[in-house]
Amino acid sequence: MLKDYFKFALSTISHRKLRSWLTMIGIFIGIAAVVGLISLGQGFKQAINKEFEKIGVDKLFITAKGGFGPPGTNAVVKLTKDDLKAIKKVSGIENAAGFILANSKVEFEDEVGFFPIQSIPKGEERRLLAETQSLEIQEGRNLRDSDGFSAIIGIGFVEKELLGRNLRLRNKIKINDKDFTIVGVLEKTGDPGRDNSIFIPEDTLREVFNEPDKIDTIMVKAANVENMQIIAEKVTNDLRRFRNVKKDEEDFDVQTPEQLLGSFGDILNIVQSVLIGIAAISLLVGGIGIANTMYTAVIERTKEIGIMKSVGAQNKDILLIFIIESGLLGALGGLIGVVIGFGLSKSVEFIAKNVIGTNLIEAYFSYTLFFGALLFSFFIGALFGLMPARQAASLQPVEALRFK
Amino acid sequence: MKRSIIKLENVWKTYKMGDVEVNALQGLNLNINEGEFVAIMGPSGSGKSTAVNMIGCLDVPTKGKITLEQHDISKLSESELAQIRGRKIGFIFQQFNLIPTMTALENVMLPMIFQGLNEEKRTERAIKLLELVELGDRINHKPTELSGGQQQRVAIARALANNPEVVIADEPTGNLDSKTGTNVLDFLQKLHKKENKTIVMVTHDANLSRVAERIEFLKDGIIVKSLDNER
Ligand SMILES: Nc1ncnc2c1ncn2[C@@H]1O[C@H](COP(=O)(O)OP(=O)(O)OP(=O)(O)O)[C@@H](O)[C@H]1O
Ligand SMILES: [Mg+2]
Repeated sequence: MLKDYFKFALSTISHRKLRSWLTMIGIFIGIAAVVGLISLGQGFKQAINKEFEKIGVDKLFITAKGGFGPPGTNAVVKLTKDDLKAIKKVSGIENAAGFILANSKVEFEDEVGFFPIQSIPKGEERRLLAETQSLEIQEGRNLRDSDGFSAIIGIGFVEKELLGRNLRLRNKIKINDKDFTIVGVLEKTGDPGRDNSIFIPEDTLREVFNEPDKIDTIMVKAANVENMQIIAEKVTNDLRRFRNVKKDEEDFDVQTPEQLLGSFGDILNIVQSVLIGIAAISLLVGGIGIANTMYTAVIERTKEIGIMKSVGAQNKDILLIFIIESGLLGALGGLIGVVIGFGLSKSVEFIAKNVIGTNLIEAYFSYTLFFGALLFSFFIGALFGLMPARQAASLQPVEALRFK
Repeated sequence: MKRSIIKLENVWKTYKMGDVEVNALQGLNLNINEGEFVAIMGPSGSGKSTAVNMIGCLDVPTKGKITLEQHDISKLSESELAQIRGRKIGFIFQQFNLIPTMTALENVMLPMIFQGLNEEKRTERAIKLLELVELGDRINHKPTELSGGQQQRVAIARALANNPEVVIADEPTGNLDSKTGTNVLDFLQKLHKKENKTIVMVTHDANLSRVAERIEFLKDGIIVKSLDNER
């Protein structure tokens, strides 16, 4: 029986095409906005979670705070090899590793450019760094402890002609006027900072750039994921004592991946709630449009309602027929809205990738979202059709049949 | 002794229009037996339509008692009345009252939908009924694509959809010329004779009323004369 009511509704909707279209516009704008927002929001959360998984929840990051050191030393605050040693001694830590970053002139044949150079440590530390930064080799090999003037390069040098033409394995490049041989290419990450970097052994970097002691970032892997907060505090305390600074005057930061990525999510949530508010208003307007159309339909079809009642339709049948009709108006509007919404979020993703160059904004699609949105728009339609449908159902059969 | 199928006892129907009260029925007494063909005649405004609407459970009285197969219908809910209309009563109206957006077939199937008959069964039955009223070749036509007489035959088929016990026809030939009117009447008579259906027909036409076994004359909302057609 319900199936027949859906058929009735479809036939009426297609009979009154123009009016149905106009009514649906009201709904699909709202649904498109909602779907687009959810799609982007979910996509963003997923992207962040992916980053998270890559880094691992058992990691801590220690960096020097910007600014200068104590008076008299006239040095920029830095972390050092000794700091790394001290951190390795903190209990509850499995391992720690550090890297140095340098910006350097890079030459290949006649071409010159400036690119970030990152150090790769030896042994266990190299494995920890590779895990945390997800340094996956696509071609060639990773650096070895025995490597001196070998380099691995980001995919950008192979795909984007960053140095005149695309580099290949065994090509020779000059970094800070020293010759290096390319031994490996990293997998694409979508993060332009990473994909356009060059990685060389730590000892070589220290020698070439004359940096005997400094470390830019120390990464810590905890032995136990559960008490990250406690371990972060321990690291802070021990390092403070070791560096001989007062509490709350630390010249360094200890951050968890959550803290690193969390602020993104907060901003997104605010933007999302504002936009969802706007979308809700447009859905309300759309719903009122449906109610209006349905009131008109009830008046126009008064006689039809009388006929149906005279051949045995109960009040609840008439109620259902009209609710299904308004729900279907909503759902059809919703269908268009869902398609437009996904289209919208896909274009935002496209723009983000190709214009801004970030991988963090991606459209999220799921059947749950798709059918959820359809169901939701059906519900909106049905809700706003409820009053007109009740009016239709309560018509007296004889009165309704008299209607001209 | 024939079994009573519908009995109206001292039935009143009062319409209030502002301060004015119109008594469409004023203590109407009427009994319809199973298998009877009853004609109801009377001047315009005498309450014929009001009376047959009561018989068909389409309307409820202001006062009085209506018994349908030993059940007092004043005690029934709206949905129970609708079910009675759907299962036991078939209506034929002067204005045909077909749904314009539906084909003849869909119109005939409509009462079966509300009884929850599945698609296969109701299609089969609707086609049979349309063939019965000699419209087997018009099943997919919309009402606007049919003549008046054809539309009324679709309405007859629809009235028979759920195999009702009583067919109520309120001036079924009122909108038809006399030839097509006679044709429609022939179908009603066939129903009565072959299928033993109880038929209550309102008519202005004394010629048409002759096919009925009994004629009730209504005036000012009460029966003023009753006539048995012995043949
Ligand atoms: N909904 C209504 N509101 C007010 N008065 C009504 C209503 N329905 C019927 N009446 C009045 O009740 C009386 C009986 O009406 P009814 O339609 O039963 O007459 P009828 O015998 O069928 O007439 P006709 O032969 O013209 O169809 C009339 O006076 C009519 O004006
Ligand atoms: Mg009448």
